[in-house]
Amino acid sequence: MASETTTETFDTSAYISHHLQNLVYGKLPEGYERVEDGHHEVLEQASWTWAHSAQEAADMGFNALHVDSLAWSFGLGVIFCLLFASVARKASSGVPAGLQNFVEMIVDFVDGNVKDMFHGKNALVAPLALTIFVWVFLMNFMDLIPVDLIPKIMEAFGIHYQKIVPSTDPNITLGMALGVFVLMIYYSLKVKGPIAFIKELSCQPFAPPTKGPAIILAPLLIAVNLFMEIVGLLAKPFSLGLRLFGNMYAGEMIFILIATMFVGGLSFWFVLGGLLQIGWAIFHILIITLQAFIFMVLTVVYLSMSHEEH
Amino acid sequence: MELVIVAAAIMLGLGALGAAIGMGLLGGRLLEGTARQPELAAMLQGKMFLLAGLIDAVPIIGVGIAMYLIFVVAPSVA
Repeated sequence: MASETTTETFDTSAYISHHLQNLVYGKLPEGYERVEDGHHEVLEQASWTWAHSAQEAADMGFNALHVDSLAWSFGLGVIFCLLFASVARKASSGVPAGLQNFVEMIVDFVDGNVKDMFHGKNALVAPLALTIFVWVFLMNFMDLIPVDLIPKIMEAFGIHYQKIVPSTDPNITLGMALGVFVLMIYYSLKVKGPIAFIKELSCQPFAPPTKGPAIILAPLLIAVNLFMEIVGLLAKPFSLGLRLFGNMYAGEMIFILIATMFVGGLSFWFVLGGLLQIGWAIFHILIITLQAFIFMVLTVVYLSMSHEEH
Repeated sequence: MELVIVAAAIMLGLGALGAAIGMGLLGGRLLEGTARQPELAAMLQGKMFLLAGLIDAVPIIGVGIAMYLIFVVAPSVA
């Protein structure tokens, strides 16, 4: 019994790790020893290459590109742009039907939310919110595609690693959050002006005294304020990116775990696994939409905060 | 290996506990608010879903990390 379970759990963990490994193109250092099908190969010079194992991908360190995440997220962005652009070009002013109706519904929904939550004047925010909402939704939607389908097809073409949900890659979600952060800083500086922005960071929440003998406490209070506000400012993009990543990663993990029930062939577990997979997928429709919505709302709220003048 | 599984159990349990209390408060207050002012129901429900998503994130992330610990880290430690 004991030996049986150990071999099976080993299999399971290898399966899961394989599913969580990105397709990586990166730079291996000089003198790196590659082991492939039993024969050793030593690289004479540092070179850009595909990673053949998780260990190689890890050894590439910083010089590594997650090609699958990049390709899928870029492709989904292109799909979003082409779809919405074609609908906009063909839009009729009569009673809308089919796809046009659907697109108008999304645009109306996002526009209504931005109007409710954004109080500044900026023509960029609504299109940004729409892009974020639809793009994040599409990236999350890849989670609903059966976990083994596309990796197996890719394997037939000789590509051994494929992670098709870009939002389960922290590089993608934190990258988007970083983009939002840059916009936040830019509009804070532009709308409030650098001095008001620094004042906002240093004179809240404890107002430093400006006169009387208590003025000697002012530098201390400013330092405390600065520390608290900067931590708060940096926590925003960090939590924004990690929230999306964590949710999608956990969801994907559960899909993969349920998929391990299919290992034994047609049996009770197979059927149960199928039912669980469907059940989780239906519940996941709520999560992926909600997470896309939350990412959009928080982006709009953060940008609204950087447009507020006190 | 046992410690990794205990860690995962604590992670799941405490995450679920906190989120359950939060969800309970949130749902209860939504019902109170809607009973007091039924015309605000739609607006309140939208906000409730947003907050439910924010609360939901914490235990779900915990579940993800716990699953990783149980099925990937624990077997490789043993």
